[in-house]
Amino acid sequence: MATSTPSKPVANLEEATVRFCGDSGDGMQLAGTQFTNASALLGNDVATFPDFPAEIRAPRGTKAGVSGFQIHFSSNEIYTPGDTVDALVAMNPAALVTNISELRDGGILLVNKDAFDKKGLELAGCDSNPLEDDSLSKYKVHSVEMTKITRRAVEDCGLTQKEADRCRNFFAMGLVFWLYDRSLDPTLRFIEKKFGSKFPTVAQANTKALKAGYNYGETVEAINTQYQVAPAALEPGTYRNIMGNIALSWGLVAAGQLSNKRLFLGAYPITPASTILEELANHKNFDVVTFQAEDEIAAMTATIGAAFAGAMSVTASSGPGVALKGEGLGLAVITELPMIIINVQRGGPSTGLPTKTEQSDLHQAMFGRNGECPMPVIAARSPGDSFDVAQEAWRLAVRYMTPVMLLTDGYIANGSEPWRIPRFADLPKIPVEHPTEISNGDGFDPYERDERLSRPWALPGTPGLEHRLGGLEKQNVTGNVSYDPENHEHMCRLRAEKVAKIADDIPLQELDGPESGELLVLSWGGPFGSCATAVHQAQAAGKSVSHCHLRYLNPFPRNLGEILTRFEKVLIPELNLGQLRMIIRSEFLIDAIGLNKIQGKPFSVSEIVEKINELT
Amino acid sequence: MSIDTPLPVLKPADFASDQDVRWCPGCGDYSILAQMKKVLPTLGVPRENIVFISGIGCSSRFPYYMNTYGMHSIHGRAPAVASGLKTVRPDLQVWVITGDGDGLSIGGNHLMHCIRRNMDLNIVLFNNRIYGLTKGQYSPTSPLGKKTKSTPMGSVDNPLHPLSIAIGCEATFVARSIDTNIKHLAETFKRSAAHSGSAFIEVYQNCNIFNDGAWEYAKNRETKADTTLELEHGKPLIFGKNRDKGIRLNGLEPEVVELGKGITEDDLLFHDERSPEPSLAYLLSRMRYEDGFPEPIGVFRSVDAPRYDELVNDQIEEATKQKGKGDIDALFSSGDTWTVN
Repeated sequence: MATSTPSKPVANLEEATVRFCGDSGDGMQLAGTQFTNASALLGNDVATFPDFPAEIRAPRGTKAGVSGFQIHFSSNEIYTPGDTVDALVAMNPAALVTNISELRDGGILLVNKDAFDKKGLELAGCDSNPLEDDSLSKYKVHSVEMTKITRRAVEDCGLTQKEADRCRNFFAMGLVFWLYDRSLDPTLRFIEKKFGSKFPTVAQANTKALKAGYNYGETVEAINTQYQVAPAALEPGTYRNIMGNIALSWGLVAAGQLSNKRLFLGAYPITPASTILEELANHKNFDVVTFQAEDEIAAMTATIGAAFAGAMSVTASSGPGVALKGEGLGLAVITELPMIIINVQRGGPSTGLPTKTEQSDLHQAMFGRNGECPMPVIAARSPGDSFDVAQEAWRLAVRYMTPVMLLTDGYIANGSEPWRIPRFADLPKIPVEHPTEISNGDGFDPYERDERLSRPWALPGTPGLEHRLGGLEKQNVTGNVSYDPENHEHMCRLRAEKVAKIADDIPLQELDGPESGELLVLSWGGPFGSCATAVHQAQAAGKSVSHCHLRYLNPFPRNLGEILTRFEKVLIPELNLGQLRMIIRSEFLIDAIGLNKIQGKPFSVSEIVEKINELT
Repeated sequence: MSIDTPLPVLKPADFASDQDVRWCPGCGDYSILAQMKKVLPTLGVPRENIVFISGIGCSSRFPYYMNTYGMHSIHGRAPAVASGLKTVRPDLQVWVITGDGDGLSIGGNHLMHCIRRNMDLNIVLFNNRIYGLTKGQYSPTSPLGKKTKSTPMGSVDNPLHPLSIAIGCEATFVARSIDTNIKHLAETFKRSAAHSGSAFIEVYQNCNIFNDGAWEYAKNRETKADTTLELEHGKPLIFGKNRDKGIRLNGLEPEVVELGKGITEDDLLFHDERSPEPSLAYLLSRMRYEDGFPEPIGVFRSVDAPRYDELVNDQIEEATKQKGKGDIDALFSSGDTWTVN
């Protein structure tokens, strides 16, 4: 689908990967997001990987301050943001130095030549100018005076030089938009919406810079080919591009509506979970209450209070915050109140790598509490999947009167992909019941259980059902405080059995590939895309390999153990040192093999393919 | 609160749960519990709309003994639990029961934030100046030099004063009472319940096992008229068995003066619980027995201010008015979309 009349030769590609990188203040996240939207609207399948430092503005021009955004777009269905980069945009020497290894041989390199001055090179630690020595000879280098051209393009807008320079990212965007034949329209709409009424001169300047970049591509002879990537054959429907944390937030809003519940989010700002709080704060008209608590502990315990009050109650955080919530999680388990605890995992331990992804909180989710304290754990596999998982978490929470731990990670939270928009009417309702009167005529028993071992959710305000919950062990049925040894063991076993019984209520594990064979790749969470792609490649190459991706980590699907026995080897790729592997080994006595990476980065497809090849 | 049908007349016994009360015999908590049961039936709030939330400690067993909704939560977190509850259900009357260790040590942060938000909660802090449930370590309100199991040579921790903290957070209702002064205590609970916003009450409570007599000066019939001062709105600060002593302001410092000999009531500090400026209330909270002052009891401060729980719900109403009731399909289709056929 061409968006312009090509003035230069056009090459058709199945897919391409572009990475924008520059200083944290250079607007690379914006450039990446805009390019993603334009590609999604054109009909490509897209997958993105924003990668930014923890510091808001690290010293300008240094390697520490480099921020990047990678987009993989394709005419086929894709699951990852791409292993290697076909076109790299580097706004300064530091960005070039830190990202050039990702660019494939023969790839296109667009650099802002003006930033390669003595100071810029020094800050990046370059002894010589890479644009002038032959270190970049294996790439198609286009060294463009982006600063100078942008300044000229916006000179009649009445901006200061500093302001004019801020439009550089739009110039770079325009150039890449031309290179891959994307329409400028969505970005022009964005500029108008974001700056149009409030800052008309900024809107005008950004528009000019964007168009200048586009026209530069069209006219400059050195750039001699334009590329096109045709739309992907996605399932029919209406699509939008969606980020993981937004999909998760919308899933929560939908779950609130589907269960006719007020949605309460208790949260304390923490990277990379804060955008859930910010997003939900915008949807008050869906009866959403957001409570920005004084700390993680208050966020957790306010969530318990709101659950007692009868709301759909949620708290969202990341590993360090969930560590602080630990005691509250125990209270949530013993009071058997329904709620969702979201952990958008990041690199740990301690503050670790706040802006980087990791899967190292699985054991925390499973075991990070005092006492025998079982909790269902489920995990999203992609940005769009976060929407479904949010609703599933709430369904399980209310059916079993239990807190549910929902895991995502920084890669899923900040990444985006096309999402087929569901119709509200097609989403399954989430029924919730509250007792209104005493069932046995002899006083209310808050710990009486149904066939699922679930207790009644009686709400304050209901006459006759007054009862007290608390952290002290409770007598089964009556809910009175009990120190009886037999009762304590009974209650511990009962709480464990209740969670285990959820296995009866979740789908059987699906398998991608033959039912049995040489190797099973078993994954959970963010590595879904890399594993699926790698397994498909290996299958195409004739390998005997299948793939299982787990959404349910506690309890596991009923048939998982049986599936595992049908394969000679089981490989578990994880962005940790083997946490699922330890659980699988102890649960099923299977000598699973680990592929473990803990660099704050997602798996590349090739890393998994390599391991598959080694094992088969 | 408006109700359609007349309330059944409840008695204090209707507010007692079927659980045995397990405080030590002679504990000041019994008296506080009795006054609470006496006051609640007089408030016109249906029993099912009352919730007690506590943390951990002797005082925090309180909810188990009340036949209302309740939660005995975890150490220090009762104000946060109650904040979540009250924010989503402003229709409920919520009481927070805490102690000097629970509320001011492990839970100090939550207490501070819930008060400054003016969350509509009634917070009752039982101050016995000791850790009772853990059997006798010093607490953040224990005086300097206090010898306890964990301070065999005397405490070197400078204590803090609950009301000074509450007033520092600009609490809209601040009061003090004494476990054995039952009429005063009941009246204080009533005033608290009638207040809209965070109401903070410090109760001098005797732990007869681990810190017996900590408030003896304020409770003893012989001394209490000279060691305490009952605050009355709009009245001068007068105290003493013969009501012949008063508090006068000397610049920014309070001083004890004797009435007569040229000093009249008009020279004294007049109590104004409705003053928007909290400084005088703070000054009252700093009047301490060990510094030669009578310690004020009664309502230090009672002012109106917007409540967090109300404002949050107002915003939801406002957003719904402006944008209309949330429409999921419209939300999902907002912004750029494309169709695949």
